[in-house]
Amino acid sequence: MLRRTLLKTSALAAVASIAMLGTAFAENPVLKIGFVGVTSGPAAAWGTSNQRSMETRAAWINETGGYDIGGTMYDIEIVSFDDQKDPKRAIAGMEQMAQEGIHYVVGPNVDDGAAAVRPVAEQNGIMYFPYAFPKELYTAPASNAVLGMVANYQSGPAIYKYLMENNGVKKVAFIAGNESDPLSQRDSGSAAAKALGLEVVSDSVTYQMDTTDFTPVLLPVIQSAPDLLVLSGVSPANAPQLIRSARELGYTGLISTETAQDAAVLQEGAGELANGFISVGGASTPELASDMMREFVERYTAMFGEYNDESNTKVYALEYILATIAANPAAMTDVEAFKATMDTFEAPNPYMVGDAKLKYVGTTSFGQKRQVSVPLVVNVFNNGAFETMFVAQVD
Amino acid sequence: MEQILANGLYLGAQYALIALGLTLIFSLMNVLNFAHGQMYVFGGFVTYTVVAQWGLPFIVGLVSSAVILAVMGALIEKFLFRPVIRKSKRDESTMLLAAGIAFFLDAVILLLFGEKQRGVPKIVDGVFNWDMRLIMPYDRILIGVLAIALIVGFIALMQYTKAGRAMRALAQDRMAAQLMGVDVDRYSMIGFALGALLAGLVGGLLVTITGINLGMGGPTSIKAFMMIMIGGAGVISGAIAGGFILGMMESIGLTVLAVYGDITYLAIFASLMVFLAFRPQGLMGKPWG
Repeated sequence: MLRRTLLKTSALAAVASIAMLGTAFAENPVLKIGFVGVTSGPAAAWGTSNQRSMETRAAWINETGGYDIGGTMYDIEIVSFDDQKDPKRAIAGMEQMAQEGIHYVVGPNVDDGAAAVRPVAEQNGIMYFPYAFPKELYTAPASNAVLGMVANYQSGPAIYKYLMENNGVKKVAFIAGNESDPLSQRDSGSAAAKALGLEVVSDSVTYQMDTTDFTPVLLPVIQSAPDLLVLSGVSPANAPQLIRSARELGYTGLISTETAQDAAVLQEGAGELANGFISVGGASTPELASDMMREFVERYTAMFGEYNDESNTKVYALEYILATIAANPAAMTDVEAFKATMDTFEAPNPYMVGDAKLKYVGTTSFGQKRQVSVPLVVNVFNNGAFETMFVAQVD
Repeated sequence: MEQILANGLYLGAQYALIALGLTLIFSLMNVLNFAHGQMYVFGGFVTYTVVAQWGLPFIVGLVSSAVILAVMGALIEKFLFRPVIRKSKRDESTMLLAAGIAFFLDAVILLLFGEKQRGVPKIVDGVFNWDMRLIMPYDRILIGVLAIALIVGFIALMQYTKAGRAMRALAQDRMAAQLMGVDVDRYSMIGFALGALLAGLVGGLLVTITGINLGMGGPTSIKAFMMIMIGGAGVISGAIAGGFILGMMESIGLTVLAVYGDITYLAIFASLMVFLAFRPQGLMGKPWG
């Protein structure tokens, strides 16, 4: 008898819990935001920092009651797809987003993936926020892509000019991985260096992305005796090995890149040999970070165990999407309304101190506002941590 | 020239060690272990965890990689390959299983160790520089010497121990070995464990030089397959020869062909296709398998 009562009570409790759970989930309508990018393989760090930034922010929003859009609180759900840095899979990912009725997607992370998904996005009314630099994605007649970071052709000239003026750099060499992103970044970097009056002493050496010994690759580059060695489009996996090999070959000049790197990875892979390495940092520094940025870092670390400096930039895309939709709720299902709002959109930047604003930029580079405004932070690595070299803004 | 030879020898020693484990498993069980690269990556991450995260000496990390991968290899053979080989006569069953294990290990590595590039501090500082004609960091010299010592140790094990003789007998003729009283299941398991152990050891050794990341498994497997195709699948000496030949070709190509762009592997693949057209069994393999 006692056992039967216990069973009945347990069953009732279980049914009640499920019902309550259902009620709790049903409290807020759900707004789905997509992510299509690389979360496996050598470049996994780029996409994973995107996905984890979005998941951290979404969990934070949902925990605090949802995001206010037109007076209704929405829970945010992140739908992710690993494109494995393969354009074919990126297309499949974007098609999946379309099938799920998603209108806003963050990613892809690389040039060929971002170019491949363009027709799918345009046909299905999807705005997407790539971390890829081809200008044709952002210039008319294209209008659905919004660059989620500072491009190398914006950061590169700023870095070279700074080093010319402050470090007396005159000769520069470029080395790039044999893939579309690094190669296009090398070409635009080399052109920018020449335009500034620098002598480009080497820009033809490339390497396979799975190279394990960079000594033979770097030897001819080092023999050209540059003042500055640019690792064009270098992935976080290859940067420490390239720096280490260059230093072991006796190179004492400056080394820089226009991609974001991770301090822990540099420290583990190259140690003190990486001291002085210049890279584009995440869009935050201790001086710029607001309390909300610090809380984001804490929540990210609590969720995933370790923070990724790149997320200082990657945190912004979701915030821009939500804030723009909040500014014009019709944009939730109508990307044309979103585009119309972009031209005049302005909102307080919650991740920076002072009166910094979230706003779309890119008029100078693309002829239309198709880039999120984030600070260009250039860092120098020293003894396991990044120090801010200078901060600039892109128009 | 000295630099090219030194780079080739260093690359060849590490490649040969990678190929040895793969060819051992193939010779014993006729299994193409597509997960060999992932085992290498797993071994690298184990050493990284022990050395960089727990602060223990490098040798402890290396031994941990070897032991953990050996146990993993034994379990994979006993619970996955053995039943499949027993129930299926089709070679593609084991190939699909190996590919599945590769994907599974990729997912496990991502969950356990994350997506980032990892590395451990240099085990020896300093660079050997002979008048700019030959530059080689001391840690690479040490790793190259260790790799060659491990290859010699492996050959000695296969040549002079009871287990080595049993495995060689198995590789030559499985049925005859069984009739002569060799415990086929036991030595298949030991062989697979030894192959996985070698993958783990190379991963542990190279994490000090190249670091390790999730994406290194696939390309490592491809290079290992190239080496055993050059040397002859299932032949120990062939794997060693294949490793050193690939290392030397890579070193020469990266220096001589650098002015023409990144065509070293294009040239290597083209040469391999021509070579296999004339000698499909590789340098030391037998045409009948």
